[in-house]
Amino acid sequence: MTSAVDTSNNSAAMASGSRTLAGPSGPKPKRISPARIGTYAFLIFMAALFCMPLYVMLVTSFKPMTEVRQAQLFALPHDWTIDPWIKAWTSACTGRDCTGLAPGFINSVKISLPAVIVSIIIASLNGYALSFWRYKGAEFIFNLLVFGAFVPFQVLVYPIILGMRYTGLFATLPGIIIVHTIFGMPILTLLFRNYYQSVPIEIFKAARIDGAGFWQTYFRVMLPMSIPITTVALILQVTGIWNDFIFALVFAGRANIPMTLQLNNIVKTTFGTVEYDVNMAATILTALIPLIIYFVSGKWFVRGIAAGAVKG
Amino acid sequence: MSVTAASSSVGAPPRKRRKLQFAAIIATSPMIFVAISVYCIAILFTIYWSFTDSGMFPGWNWVGLKQYGLLWSNDSWKIAVSNIWFFGIASILINMLVGFLLAVFMDQNIRQESVFRTIFLYPFAMSLYVTGLAWQWILDPNLGIQVTIQNLGWKDFHFAPLSDPGQAIIGLILAGCWQGVGVTMAILLAGIRGVDSEIWKAARIDGIPAWRTYLFIVLPMMRGAIATALVLQFTGVIRTFDIVVSMTGGGPGISTVMPAMYVIQAIQQRLNVGQGSAAATMMLTPVAVLVLVRAVLEWRNRRKAGLNA
Repeated sequence: MTSAVDTSNNSAAMASGSRTLAGPSGPKPKRISPARIGTYAFLIFMAALFCMPLYVMLVTSFKPMTEVRQAQLFALPHDWTIDPWIKAWTSACTGRDCTGLAPGFINSVKISLPAVIVSIIIASLNGYALSFWRYKGAEFIFNLLVFGAFVPFQVLVYPIILGMRYTGLFATLPGIIIVHTIFGMPILTLLFRNYYQSVPIEIFKAARIDGAGFWQTYFRVMLPMSIPITTVALILQVTGIWNDFIFALVFAGRANIPMTLQLNNIVKTTFGTVEYDVNMAATILTALIPLIIYFVSGKWFVRGIAAGAVKG
Repeated sequence: MSVTAASSSVGAPPRKRRKLQFAAIIATSPMIFVAISVYCIAILFTIYWSFTDSGMFPGWNWVGLKQYGLLWSNDSWKIAVSNIWFFGIASILINMLVGFLLAVFMDQNIRQESVFRTIFLYPFAMSLYVTGLAWQWILDPNLGIQVTIQNLGWKDFHFAPLSDPGQAIIGLILAGCWQGVGVTMAILLAGIRGVDSEIWKAARIDGIPAWRTYLFIVLPMMRGAIATALVLQFTGVIRTFDIVVSMTGGGPGISTVMPAMYVIQAIQQRLNVGQGSAAATMMLTPVAVLVLVRAVLEWRNRRKAGLNA
């Protein structure tokens, strides 16, 4: 039982923690014990480990290639330069054309914006109908959808390709938007359904007694109430669609390749010397929008993950 | 079914209710269409094609289990399957262990809890593709961490898994865990916080050391959080694709191919729909088992609840 000896050091500090549901509150521990220092040391060490890749990417992206070749991963740049960033954005090459990431960025916006709006409108209506207007068979459809949340994309890919080809949507902008809507539907519908089910039925009944129908109840009563969950869904969808790689790989077509694919094409171009500094700048640029959303939205983002995780 | 439908649309006379339900059906028509055509018919099509000799285009010529025979005699697929087992088990284990450890340490009234939380979770905001690129760079044998540490004076330091076919998967596991541990931590921390504080008082009065309380009392009580974290990782593991494409491209050689890659390659590059469908159907089986187990458990719970009532 060596582990018992190791961990018993921490037990005093652990036991002194007062416990609440919402998070740390109550009196702060007053003594600074060795165990307390150990706890912080462990957390700071892990935090440093987690920060390391982003730090390395940032540092590398500001170095000229001569410094990159010196293989000093953690060293700060000696001669700071933003040339890699400019090159990554405007002129990095993918095969023959050297357009940088900028067109990919524009395509990503063109895909994400409509896909996010359409998928959220549909899911919110689904959730509303499933909570208050359960028609015959609605529960079955919903169960099918929840099952769909677990089905690997590969199982569905070829039938959807065929369907898209048949309707002329394959490799078009509307096509990739529809694909994002389809694959976002299970999670988002679940999210909205769970939210609307927590709305007291009395509110719905009051609206009905006042004579509001299906749409009126939705637009006048339920939609204004669902701003919090819509925010969560918004964050979930924007980051999810922005970060998507495989759907775009199969369905976007050459004219609409989003930023992640453009990044792939830039990085995987093995033509001449590999410019790691440009690659790192391009990588950070691609990750920038989701990272900004994460750092700005904070708790909402975590709530989105938790909500998405409880699928089924 | 009819009871719930009746109770949810209160007080409407039957004919009006039918009209209102019609509005609900119209509003949810995209859901009905997607659920039936994609999550039901499309799956059935894929399963059917896996029993045909479909090549570039889907055909209807039934050949029985031939595609499965070809599949399981294909080296690339066999490697993919053993890879996904190793990758899945290792990353889920590491994820759960490190995630739980972090959650316990985060539970010690840490002053800057939100700062630490932000740091542990930020990788999840980055796509798996970006994660793969970052780690490919760090693990680069000539410019990455190996040379950096050797330059610092530790000449024998060797850690460049990506260039070694036998170890490349370790690099994938490392990067995957870096991306996902924060989420596991957040879910498990919520689970720990959800345990009744009376339990802690009782444990302290009994003089049970905190680490034992965590392991033997709290841990068994947070089954929900553990199940959530496990399901999340399980579905993530089956889908493993982006990170492999960006980090190793399936190499060196074919040492890090994954089932998801095999399917996409079969359909996009080898233009072999029958083979791709057979592989996809194999990917569906673990999900089907999971759903079945869940359904059985739910049915048993419901029956038990019914008997008790």
